[in-house]
Amino acid sequence: MSESVALSPALGSFLARAHEGEARELLARQGLPQRRLEAWRYTPLRDVDRIGFEPPAHVSLGEAEALLARLAPEARSGFRVVFVNGVLVPELTRLPEAVILTAPDAPLLADRPLSVLNSALQQPGLSLTVPAGVEAGQICLVSLVSGEEPVSTHLAHQVTLEKEATLTLLDIQSGEGAYLANPSLTVSVAEGAHLTHLRVQQDDVRATNLTLVNASIAEHGTYDSFTLTLGSRLSRHEVLAHLGGKHATVHVNAAQLLAGTQHADLTSVITHAAPDCNSRQTVKNVLMDAAHGVFQGKIYVDRIAQKTDGYQMNQALLLSEKAQIDSKPELEIYADDVKCSHGATVGALDDEQLFYLRARGVPYDTAKAMLVRAFLLDALSLVTDEAAYALLDQRVEAWWLNREG
Amino acid sequence: MNDFLKISGLCAQIDDNGTPKEILRGLDLDVPKGEIHAIMGPNGSGKSTLSYVLAGREDYEVTGGSAHFMGEDLLALEPEERAALGVFLAFQAPVELPGVNNANFLRTAVNAVRRARKEDELDAVGFLKAVRAETKHLHMSDEMLKRNVNVGFSGGEKKRNEVLQMRMLRPKFAILDETDSGLDIDALRIVAEGVNSLRGPDFSALIITHHQRLLDYIKPDRVHVMAKGRIIHSGGAEVALALEAQGYQQYLEAVA
Repeated sequence: MSESVALSPALGSFLARAHEGEARELLARQGLPQRRLEAWRYTPLRDVDRIGFEPPAHVSLGEAEALLARLAPEARSGFRVVFVNGVLVPELTRLPEAVILTAPDAPLLADRPLSVLNSALQQPGLSLTVPAGVEAGQICLVSLVSGEEPVSTHLAHQVTLEKEATLTLLDIQSGEGAYLANPSLTVSVAEGAHLTHLRVQQDDVRATNLTLVNASIAEHGTYDSFTLTLGSRLSRHEVLAHLGGKHATVHVNAAQLLAGTQHADLTSVITHAAPDCNSRQTVKNVLMDAAHGVFQGKIYVDRIAQKTDGYQMNQALLLSEKAQIDSKPELEIYADDVKCSHGATVGALDDEQLFYLRARGVPYDTAKAMLVRAFLLDALSLVTDEAAYALLDQRVEAWWLNREG
Repeated sequence: MNDFLKISGLCAQIDDNGTPKEILRGLDLDVPKGEIHAIMGPNGSGKSTLSYVLAGREDYEVTGGSAHFMGEDLLALEPEERAALGVFLAFQAPVELPGVNNANFLRTAVNAVRRARKEDELDAVGFLKAVRAETKHLHMSDEMLKRNVNVGFSGGEKKRNEVLQMRMLRPKFAILDETDSGLDIDALRIVAEGVNSLRGPDFSALIITHHQRLLDYIKPDRVHVMAKGRIIHSGGAEVALALEAQGYQQYLEAVA
């Protein structure tokens, strides 16, 4: 396909900064993904296309410290890697000795527009390996953006777990301004290794966040992820997971809490390419005002992947008549002995439940908050790490108080 | 003169697929302080509607009359304000709340009511002490507090949970809607014991039932017969016995 696209303000600004190479050529040819692409029909980037994005300005250490304290107070202690405006802040970064920093070599995925954009403008992100057998504990990956003008960052992170290594990655994305954050994370989980990835996206409500996660999981390995989406005017969290060895496991769980005119898209493609693998997805959407949630979940089961166990559930709670959810589950199965289930529900708060709480003296707003929390519980409770659960719970609580206050 | 619960000429309707359907048609009822009254009546007479209107459910539109509770215009208050004032509705079918822990629910309710009544809130320890005393009194296992509200509870457990809430919230006036549970003797007994344990000069109750059986366990001070959205006859406990023996026909004919 050699069609060329009109040079939008966004594309023009990207091409002016892009590294020479295949990704730039693809970007020049394809532009930002358009609605006519099936995978992008619910999440148009029209408004993003109209913005010319500058490279972000340099931020002094003092400013970086202030941003960190303001936007990611949870990263105050412990091991952490801090990026501000797409650049590592070494003074604020502390890594455990057991992990090894490596040269990034994340692959370009030509058929994934977010990979193309990220590769063309790539900024070096966190690239680390947890050696075989090492339990690396928790590392906080903080990505902050700040700028008066629209700026864009394109960090490429890479996390590799060798055989039987473990790591919890607490991934916090936040910022101030009308920026675009376009990170990628390439995950490689070796035999028997276990990566827990907890992501809190609380970007500025003027910002756009387009994140791509590309994970491959080997035999008996686990990639256990949970995303809490609270921020951004528009966001897409795209997860590609490849189960490549027997008894590999992937969890792509999420909660999206949106208000105003926020739009958040969770798209996943889970490929079962080996027998006896397990994939789990529980995605909850709480939508207020004129918010718009999107869920696209594809489970692909290869001919070889017998005894696949796939589960996918997407539920939306609409708290306003103008709120909207698009849900598109897709199963593509070529093996004959598999167990795959999917479901989607959409509903409002239950009047009987609300009345029951109020009849017991619980004020309307508190009753509503209790029922929203109850709705989210199935998803949140999948986060088994107590400290991480407490953090997510506290973020949900703060989000709710901000909306109701 | 009674200034506890006074209902005069109460009219209420429900939206029945676009057409308003009148259910209460000028109901008069007085329940004085410290008394337990029963309302009996055939199906469709509006008994459950009365309980929902008094508790503040929004699906019912009050089109006339008034209901005053301790001098306050009850119908102008939100459901939670009525609860704080001391009105308690025991549901005939207690609502299940998946994802809401029973103990948290109870503590939130108790403290919301205490706050509204200008009393100190209970901290975790104080609450636990209070609730343990009640579960012991009701022969409930503490395990029920750890479960989600009413989820997977048996009929008897649900009733016990309602009584636990009633005892913890210390209402001045309880409405017990037992319209459909008339045949479950265990459930009836639990409810009756709950009401009897609160009986005293500062506690009144309105028991709604269409079976005389509940009144074997709770002796009412007065019994009212309801039909077609109104109280058509009132008397002492003997009215319930007469209803059991002869049915509603005698009263219905008298007003026809």
